[in-house]
Amino acid sequence: MNLHEYQARTLLKAAGIAMFEGDVASTPPEAEAIARRIGGTVVIKAQVHAGGRGKAGGVKLARNPAEAADEAAQILGMTIKGLTVHKVLVVPAAEIATESYVGLIMDRETQRPVFMVSSAGGVDIEEVAAKTPEKIVRLPVDPTYGLFAHQALSLAFVLYRDFAQVKAAAKMIEQLYRAFIDNGASLAEINPLVTTPDGRVLALDAKIVIDDNELFWRPDLGLLRDDSAEEPSEAAARRANLSFIKLDGDVGCVVNGAGLAMATMDLVKYYGGEPANFLDIGGSSSPEKVINALKIITADPHVKAILFNIFGGITRTDDVANGIVAATRQFKVSVPIVIRLTGTNEAEAIRILNEVGMPALSDMDEAVQRVVQLAKEGA
Amino acid sequence: MSIFADAATRLLIQGITGREGSFHARQMLEYGTNVVAGVTPGKGGQTFEGKVPIFNTVADAVGDTGANATVIYVPPMGAAAAVIEAADAGIPLVVCITEGIPVLHMSRTMPFVRGRGVRLIGPNCPGLITPGTRTKIGIIPGNICTAGRVGLVSRSGTLTYEVVNHLTRNGIGQSTCVGIGGDPIIGTDFIDCLAAFQDDPETDAIVMIGEIGGTDEQNAAAFVKEKVSKPVVGFIAGQTAPKGRRMGHAGAIISGSSGTAEEKLAAFEAAGIGIMRRPVDVVALLQKKTARKSAKSAH
Repeated sequence: MNLHEYQARTLLKAAGIAMFEGDVASTPPEAEAIARRIGGTVVIKAQVHAGGRGKAGGVKLARNPAEAADEAAQILGMTIKGLTVHKVLVVPAAEIATESYVGLIMDRETQRPVFMVSSAGGVDIEEVAAKTPEKIVRLPVDPTYGLFAHQALSLAFVLYRDFAQVKAAAKMIEQLYRAFIDNGASLAEINPLVTTPDGRVLALDAKIVIDDNELFWRPDLGLLRDDSAEEPSEAAARRANLSFIKLDGDVGCVVNGAGLAMATMDLVKYYGGEPANFLDIGGSSSPEKVINALKIITADPHVKAILFNIFGGITRTDDVANGIVAATRQFKVSVPIVIRLTGTNEAEAIRILNEVGMPALSDMDEAVQRVVQLAKEGA
Repeated sequence: MSIFADAATRLLIQGITGREGSFHARQMLEYGTNVVAGVTPGKGGQTFEGKVPIFNTVADAVGDTGANATVIYVPPMGAAAAVIEAADAGIPLVVCITEGIPVLHMSRTMPFVRGRGVRLIGPNCPGLITPGTRTKIGIIPGNICTAGRVGLVSRSGTLTYEVVNHLTRNGIGQSTCVGIGGDPIIGTDFIDCLAAFQDDPETDAIVMIGEIGGTDEQNAAAFVKEKVSKPVVGFIAGQTAPKGRRMGHAGAIISGSSGTAEEKLAAFEAAGIGIMRRPVDVVALLQKKTARKSAKSAH
């Protein structure tokens, strides 16, 4: 789960990390009030789960409160990479002496949280990583022991020469590790970590991604989820316990298992079609899940045909068949449905479908070719 | 022969009385797996369906039955603890089926598991199956498998079944099929399985099924190029997946890669791995690769 910058700021602040003041606004008058409180020139930043906000016009300077209101009015409601901006962060336009990078990520390779720090911070950090990887220092942390004081200090020495700044940065690095662990994060990043002309060390921008598997017993973190920052159909799918990603094509796909769902999309494309979505109904499938899946897919007016691709293992294919029958009774599905199912309780599933006059295929390639054909005819 | 699971496997099931655990315990017994014990704390002394003794702890189960492998169906909250309990009791093969374990739990678990010299498969995986000895540890449907000489390793679940099904229907049997799981932190990776298949005298060819994300497939391809003499064919799911909305820079920096299908397929190509464009291609590719191999050895 991605957090907004303002939410990440709240978590890092709670961990004691020194940051510039600032606050979040949903309306131009709110932005104006925050700018007045801060005083001087401020930056208005769109809060949206997309990179490249600045280039898209989602980050603007405002010299006074009235300008802050104007700029906020411009940014609020704008669309960046398909996502509507509902909130802006208002922070002071700080004078900056240096910019560094401090990131902490759960690394697959070392299977540990790994710190990455560089004195070459800012937006171009990926370019630094690609061109001069030696400028980025990495440190894996054994989570059994946590981050040792000398490790934090050695990372801070990578960033600064002035010992007061080194000590300040080491403290922040320890606080960042604490925030990462305490919030079940898979990524926590301060970019840039800045020094001011008067020598203070402060976090200017922050990003945090929470491990979705933590949310089960961390309902407090779940509350940070911003449904409005998601594609509405994706939010609806998540509430129905379905894993769903909306795409631009016209072939709706309902599949069990993420790997098979991706392979199904690939095959749709292989046979000349365009998938309308990725949808994984998961392992144990109740008829209800199938009904919800069909509701979400048929809500997309671009969908011209729907493919069910079910390989029954834990998933019982008769459950899926019952779901399809129940759904088509509950609401009218106006586009053709192609059903491919094989595996657990296949014979029973085919009987259930045939009873209501629905044919079922057992071969994946045949089913995909048919649904692509039907989508083309319906277009 | 086979890898990891065979006739000598004496299987313990952790979480045997739960909803998932009991269902799959029956399936494994029906298939012919030598299930010697179950563990559910508080139900020690009972038996599962009159056949399998249940113990309160893994240590008790191992002491009484000599279990040498375990499969875990414990819910996510307690699953990492179950892995640690099994490793602490000295079980050399631990297979964790559970989906949804926080990655931080696994990060803390792995050093302990490795310290005990334990092989962990998973978590969030379908387990493994050796059709030749009727040994199934996990949830891979037994009826789609048949005994033979092709080894299969996969990051996914149902996509594995799809490929195995094509093999079986076309008369190509399997030595062992292993699902290694799709989580960021897993105990056994592609390279571990490729090395084991390479060393297994009863495996002639290897099928590798990967997905977009991470660099495991690229590393595996490099390993194949250097260390694997047996024919390998591979598939990458997600060739048409959209590029995700990215947050932060750390992911790209740490791996130096975005884990796209193109990158992985290029690595396969460079390693001489036969590329499956569709799951069904596994059959023709294997036939071609093994024919070429036997033609070579005939000369």
